Amino acid sequence: MATAVPVDLERENYLNAGYGIKSWLLTRDHKRIALLYLLTITFFFFIGGFFALLIRLELLTPAGDLVQSDTYNKLFTMHGMVMIFFFLIPGVPAVLGNFLIPIMIGAKDLAFPRLNLLSWYLFVAGGLLMFYTILAGGVDTGWTFYTPLSTEFAKTNVITAALGVFVAGFASILTGLNFIVTIHRMRAPGMTWNRLPLFVWSHYATSIIQVLGTPVVAITIVLVALERLFHLGVFNPALGGDPLLFQHLFWFYSHPAVYIMILPGMGIVSEIVCCFSRKRIFGYKAMALAVLGIAVIGFLVWAHHMFVAGISLYAALVFSLLSYFVAVPSAIKVFNWTATMYKGSITYQTPMLYAFAFIGLFTIGGLTGLFLACLGIDVHVTDTYFVVAHFHYVMVGGMVVAYLAGMHFWWPKISGRMYPEAWGKLAALIVFIGFNLTFFPQFLLGYMGMPRRYHAYPPEFQILNVLSTAGATVLAVGYLLPMVYFLWSMRYGPPAPPNPWNAAGLEWMIPSPPPTSNFEEQPVVTWEAYNYDELGEIPQKQEVPVAH
Amino acid sequence: MPTSPVAAVSGHENDHAHDNPALLHHFATESQQKNAASLGMWLFLAQEVMFFGGMFCAYLIYRYKYFADFGSASQQLDIKLGAINTVVLICSSLTVVLGVRAAQLGKRMALVFWLLATIVLGFVFLGIKADEYAEKFEKHHVPGASFSYHELLPSQEKLPPEDRQYANPHHAEMYFSLYFAMTGMHAVHMIIGVVLFAYLAWMAWRGRYGPHYYTPVENAGLYWHFVDIVWIYLFPLLYLIDRHR
Amino acid sequence: MFSHLPFWPESASTTAGRVDALYIFLVLVSAIMTVLIFTTLIVFAVRFRKRRGRPAEQIEGSTVLEITWSIIPFAVFMSFFVWGAVIYFQERTPPQDAMEVYTVAKQWMWKFEHAGGQREINELHVPIGRDVKLIMTSQDVIHSFYVPAFRIKQDVLPGRYTTFWFHATKAGTYHLFCAEYCGTQHSGMIGWIVVMEPRDYEAWMTSGGGNQPLAVTGQQLFSQFGCATCHRAETQGRGPNLAGLYNRPVLLEDGRTVNADDNYIRESILEPGAKVVKGFKPVMPTFQGQVSDEQLNALVAYVKSLTQPTAQPVAGMATVTQ
Repeated sequence: MATAVPVDLERENYLNAGYGIKSWLLTRDHKRIALLYLLTITFFFFIGGFFALLIRLELLTPAGDLVQSDTYNKLFTMHGMVMIFFFLIPGVPAVLGNFLIPIMIGAKDLAFPRLNLLSWYLFVAGGLLMFYTILAGGVDTGWTFYTPLSTEFAKTNVITAALGVFVAGFASILTGLNFIVTIHRMRAPGMTWNRLPLFVWSHYATSIIQVLGTPVVAITIVLVALERLFHLGVFNPALGGDPLLFQHLFWFYSHPAVYIMILPGMGIVSEIVCCFSRKRIFGYKAMALAVLGIAVIGFLVWAHHMFVAGISLYAALVFSLLSYFVAVPSAIKVFNWTATMYKGSITYQTPMLYAFAFIGLFTIGGLTGLFLACLGIDVHVTDTYFVVAHFHYVMVGGMVVAYLAGMHFWWPKISGRMYPEAWGKLAALIVFIGFNLTFFPQFLLGYMGMPRRYHAYPPEFQILNVLSTAGATVLAVGYLLPMVYFLWSMRYGPPAPPNPWNAAGLEWMIPSPPPTSNFEEQPVVTWEAYNYDELGEIPQKQEVPVAH
Repeated sequence: MPTSPVAAVSGHENDHAHDNPALLHHFATESQQKNAASLGMWLFLAQEVMFFGGMFCAYLIYRYKYFADFGSASQQLDIKLGAINTVVLICSSLTVVLGVRAAQLGKRMALVFWLLATIVLGFVFLGIKADEYAEKFEKHHVPGASFSYHELLPSQEKLPPEDRQYANPHHAEMYFSLYFAMTGMHAVHMIIGVVLFAYLAWMAWRGRYGPHYYTPVENAGLYWHFVDIVWIYLFPLLYLIDRHR
Repeated sequence: MFSHLPFWPESASTTAGRVDALYIFLVLVSAIMTVLIFTTLIVFAVRFRKRRGRPAEQIEGSTVLEITWSIIPFAVFMSFFVWGAVIYFQERTPPQDAMEVYTVAKQWMWKFEHAGGQREINELHVPIGRDVKLIMTSQDVIHSFYVPAFRIKQDVLPGRYTTFWFHATKAGTYHLFCAEYCGTQHSGMIGWIVVMEPRDYEAWMTSGGGNQPLAVTGQQLFSQFGCATCHRAETQGRGPNLAGLYNRPVLLEDGRTVNADDNYIRESILEPGAKVVKGFKPVMPTFQGQVSDEQLNALVAYVKSLTQPTAQPVAGMATVTQ
């Protein structure tokens, strides 16, 4: 039960501890760095989203009549690059992970605060390079940079785009490195591995992928840039090179990258499902092992992106088989979340609505992944809108939904304010409807044979495209609403108590917003994670009662 | 029921640890800080392995595919200079270790000396490398527009002139592309290392490191050893193909 | 069989039906899974909503359940894998005596040349009821040959051949798409597969007038480029006798044995030093840059057409004694 905490907005917290631009740009506080990241990834989300809107507008009609072919090719390329490298991959780890991980384990900061700040600057530098690329006319190779198109034939700003991705990749590596060391070395006394919140486990697994996978794509795009500059021939068949070598090296990172994108979201959902069911997670060990399993097996399946690329029959068989292996731990997680609700005491605040949406949409997205892992079907649907629908279901229906869930759940902690609950629920509903309307028709389009990256298409595909575009406009509204009301809440939202949800976890035992050093004294943990048996019910109201 | 961490028991044993100026505020003890820094450096080296690994992978694939042509191109490298560089780097790893030892023993000037020695050896390596690169440039073996290659395959000298086979210039250019990419990336890492050691030498001269705190020296040493190991792989792969014939 | 379903592509090949059956199986299983999970979620959300006086029951977990709902899905996944693998295996092993069409893709068009010499651009005429094999290469970037009505696609790469085969079952005109992003006019690199009744196809083949079979063109090129000086039919020249070479194992100088498939023949012309036949010196010059992709196709077609004379063993071919 939330006790009435005297509201003292003058109390020192990380937000008002130091004013002025220098105190933010030279901060070492992981919480401030998280907000810096929040600003920049939101900026890129809207750029990537703007490109998406233009794409969908063009696809309203079969003819390529809104923009020229080259422009359209740049739009989908940059939509992909911006969304993947500058929103989804940094996304949850850099914002929520940075903010919460030290607090969740009882530490004052990450292991390397200055490295954390450096990672943000690297991210901004990469982002500036990408922004420059956009302003200088864009790049049109597809976010996948396939050779020899990107090295010999493309006439656009491939090198600056590649450099932008390279530099941003360093930010990703440093974040992952920081998290691994922090989780290993900075846990408070009593915070054993078995007591870690699953949010922390998910980020640990994500960080392993970030540290080991990102360097491979880094060197690959360096080689692409060098090849383009000096006409080397490493990937050019005319000079003895092999374009498939590029694909192998590229996908060796880019497949695990999708797990970088989804695992943090799974961690968020675990926290939320437990809180709003008032229950410990069903199968804690299985859930922790599952994220590790996904991270490890995820490194072994990359060539399922290449079934029709010209790899041998036997390679295809091996990678198809392994891809089915990686599906098992994901399925386990869906079952465990569902089982956690059994005999729970469930309430439906906005975070929980998004968590429900995640479970449902990730299920569909994951199931369609099974279609793609199936060799006989993949040959037909690869490089069509079926794939586009699949990855948007997991990345948008999964990851973006989880990100919104987490932002709502921890917003009181981050900002010290409550967001307006009614608007939160409305936005969640709009997002859910808009999302499904946008992307479900694309499964049908894909099986019918509409290839991806098509500027113009045969007329029989139009009706489904129109439905998809209609959905996109609804989805856009759903995304704009939280922007508006989160900003509104910073000024007009009711102040939040330390624990509005009566949730388990160290972050809920400190004030909202937290003081700069998180804890007055280092906590000593003597209780298990998700101790909802001790915490009891969720409070009726999540706001601090205002004294009159 | 846990209400707030303020109620948690937390001893004051660690207070005096914060008297150590090198201890950062977010760490509880010196050993925690040291362990964190070490783990961080090992993780960084793990990702460096993956970084170089991509290039090694490409190299191994093409070496298998174009073995004879790679042999021919490899013989264009000066094996003496490569061997000298290998010895130079191994010695520089030794000087680094001696520097760490000096720090552990609190010998400030010895530490500075060994760090400077490492820098000198690093420059020797880079200087020899620059010389090798210059020679490649003169012989038009730098990939790109001005590349030109007209050399025999290995062991062709034994045959009568009309039967001798020349290497495929495209495949030789592939070798040199990978040669410059790999040794170039290695050289970039060496330059970063040299700059790092210059900074450390400066700090050491100012008395920053001693038995109580020498973690940066140790971790920079780890980095340098890694750069050394990469070279120890590069040397045989690039210089020593087919040399036994 | 499924073509009457809404939002369903046409079915015009033997593979289409097989792929559709597998797809429907996966759709059904996925639908059941989805309905199961969604229903459970909704039922739990309603039944276990917060009620005064009924606190949540803490349940640690159940290893039995974890194992069960790992093994059962895994078994189902394996059925997906096996069924899909079987179809894929069929798709990737073209029948021996398929009718061959050489395909060259370039930004942004498809060029076809039939064995009889007929050339087509962006349109491919084929008969019903025969196995057709496309031997494809690209002149520039990676493209992908995709016919939704056949349910198959195959990337087309520069510098080598990839193959794609089908057995059309229904007359009609079907979409051909490029399915690997290839630059500005990627969505314009489309065409038609025209499947005809056998009689109509015969008529079409002869209507073009005076087309020279591809292998004959290849024979002329074989002389023109001087191949015949070394690769003699009767006695051993400086190069191996090519009669009966196609799809036979070849023993190389370095001890490897490779199959003399389309890619081998093509590579031998462009990069003769890559695979030198045992017993021969690496003296063949490269024709890289001198011979176009279409000319290469003709030469390969010609070499493939050379049948083995009955009595003589062919030098360089792996035999039992070697």
